[in-house]
Amino acid sequence: MNEASTIPSATDILENARRLRREIPGDVHEHIVEAIYADAARIADRAVSRPDRGARPTFDRALDRVLTSRLWGFPIMLLLFALMFWITIIGANAPSGWLATLLVDNGWPWLRDVAAAVGLPAWLNGLLVDGMYLSMAWVISVMLPPMAIFFPLFTILEDFGYLPRVAFNLDRLFKSVGAHGKQSMSTMMGFGCNAAGVVATRIIDSPRERLIAIITNNFALCNGRWPTQILIASIFIGALVPAHWAGLVSAGAVTAVALLGLLFTLVVSWVLSKSVLKGEVSAFSLELPPYRPPAIWRTLYTSLIDRTLFVLWRAIVFAVPAGAVIWLISNVTVGDATLAHWLIRNIDPLGFVLGLNGVILIAYVVAIPANEIVVPTILMLTVLVAGVHGVGEGAGVMFELDSDSATKAILDAGGWTLLTAVNLMLFSLLHNPCSTTIYTIYKETGSVKWTAISTLLPLAIGFTVTFTVATIWRWLA
Amino acid sequence: MNSDPSNLTAPNETCANCSVWRSANLKKLGVNMEQWDYVVALAGNPNTGKSTVFNALTGLRQHTGNWPGKTVTRAEGGFAYGGKRYKLVDLPGTYSLLSTSLDEEVARDFILFGQPDVTLVVADATRLERNLNLVLQVLEITDRVVLCLNLMDEARRHGVKVDDRQLARDLGVPVVPTTARAGEGLPDLLQVIADVAESKIKPRPYRLTNEPPMLKAALNELVAQIERAHPGLPNARWVAMRLLGGDESLAKALREGTLGELAQTQPERVIA
Repeated sequence: MNEASTIPSATDILENARRLRREIPGDVHEHIVEAIYADAARIADRAVSRPDRGARPTFDRALDRVLTSRLWGFPIMLLLFALMFWITIIGANAPSGWLATLLVDNGWPWLRDVAAAVGLPAWLNGLLVDGMYLSMAWVISVMLPPMAIFFPLFTILEDFGYLPRVAFNLDRLFKSVGAHGKQSMSTMMGFGCNAAGVVATRIIDSPRERLIAIITNNFALCNGRWPTQILIASIFIGALVPAHWAGLVSAGAVTAVALLGLLFTLVVSWVLSKSVLKGEVSAFSLELPPYRPPAIWRTLYTSLIDRTLFVLWRAIVFAVPAGAVIWLISNVTVGDATLAHWLIRNIDPLGFVLGLNGVILIAYVVAIPANEIVVPTILMLTVLVAGVHGVGEGAGVMFELDSDSATKAILDAGGWTLLTAVNLMLFSLLHNPCSTTIYTIYKETGSVKWTAISTLLPLAIGFTVTFTVATIWRWLA
Repeated sequence: MNSDPSNLTAPNETCANCSVWRSANLKKLGVNMEQWDYVVALAGNPNTGKSTVFNALTGLRQHTGNWPGKTVTRAEGGFAYGGKRYKLVDLPGTYSLLSTSLDEEVARDFILFGQPDVTLVVADATRLERNLNLVLQVLEITDRVVLCLNLMDEARRHGVKVDDRQLARDLGVPVVPTTARAGEGLPDLLQVIADVAESKIKPRPYRLTNEPPMLKAALNELVAQIERAHPGLPNARWVAMRLLGGDESLAKALREGTLGELAQTQPERVIA
């Protein structure tokens, strides 16, 4: 009080605060929190009146008891997810066929004729039509139908309030492996987009647990990878059983891959929390929001705009230049073969060891900017390089069939087996994150080291798993 | 002001005072807003329909999930109302402003350093007590608060009655009941935001009273010291409280002089 004339410096103030804090009995932070809670309770009490003291209607509580029960929580979760995949798989095939007929069977030859008619040189015609247009046409016909069905279904489930229940079920698992319970929320976000999932880890306040959540987010299958899983499962896994079981079995296979991702999330979290990221598990409370009837039309609108068109646009943006590159490397000849042949021939041995092939590995390099274009890239490379003749050449030999069988015919021509399909599904789950996610991880962690670990760890796991599966498979066969 | 195209002239006075007309007067601008007259921060607990309020006011259609923690970064949008342009900043949903997780820091720093003209707190009418914890913390930081009591339809369905007038008297800030999903109460909300922004309503926010006596004395001493160092700081009491609680990021702001700048910019903002 006696120093009113002098202006206190920041150090003075901080020192004074420290001294006062020591003088106050107990924890100041807790005193303040308690004071706020007491006032909030008092004020709320004066303003709120409720006839029944039940905080939530009984329907919500009954539903919660089932959906988050220890016994039924997981089976119901699996059933709901499998149901979503099943609807997507059986619903997407026909529209994919129509789109392929329109864009590839008819659009492609037509565009070629137009280009020839206006006198474009052959190389430009090839680059624009065989490269850029074809890859775009494939992205649309292969990806649009499953996305347009899957994303609205997922969004309806989200709006209804089911996802926090899933997070609640997973919470126990995450805690038991030494990670933060809130990681279940960021993992759920990762099922939409890993970059969003990585940003969502901001809700975790402990840096140790946040890093675990960031590194393992990539094991949640994202928007860009669902279509690959769904497509490969319906072509190869569904084909193993009689037609009326096909949809169900493929849906089961996709669910199994998603679950495997969850398993890897938990195992890797456990290993990290027992080794380089050791520490205490923090406690937190997870709020279960009330169930809300989803606004169906708005859900359709927003999921179409926000997710379907967003993902499709991203895929097209990356697929068009990728198509040009693919066409170029398939047509530029070095020595006795095209550049693509050279590349594939050199990578094929590695691909073989992993139970994949050179085309797939190159596709994953091309698809670093966006996982969405993996399947279209594989199709393009296979058609242009592996010598599939007659595709779409006016006659539309391949595409007279529906789209799935046409795709299968191309892949069969590329030497695919069931092992290739299974390992592609595994590798699609277990490989490096896309470049957007890698950049996001760098921005969030500010560390080159943790960004490198987050990028390379899944890739290493992917190589190990596909190698092991291929070795055992061949040994058994 | 009359040159602004959004300031439509009402056919007659009755029209001008009608809420339907007022909401028609609302011009939705989306994100690309070069300049604005007022900045409104949007705070609230997760899952209170904050993003729905944001979309309803700005005309943006960000997906709103039934999902706590949907927004972890800041989203910005704008709208025009009554001839003024408002920039609306959607802050991450948080339960408090006292902990150290990034989402809470983003929200707190914006209210403290972003100096919004109005802070709109969206609260869930069915869980008022828990939501008030955050409201009381916001009231400690800034005077210019409007409480949007959202999800009134759910409250009605659950048989919960909230006396918004009593609440407004106790909190000392305007309280507007809404159901943002159905657009209920939004015209009133806009008017109240405008009134607070233009200082037609001057909130007298409730401040904590029942902290232990020892704490109160320490607070007063520290507040006096901070006010001497930074005259004009709008929330010395809150800064003192956080320093006593051992908040490292505020200690840093004090050391680096960020707080001091805040005090200097304050008078201009009041005049504007």
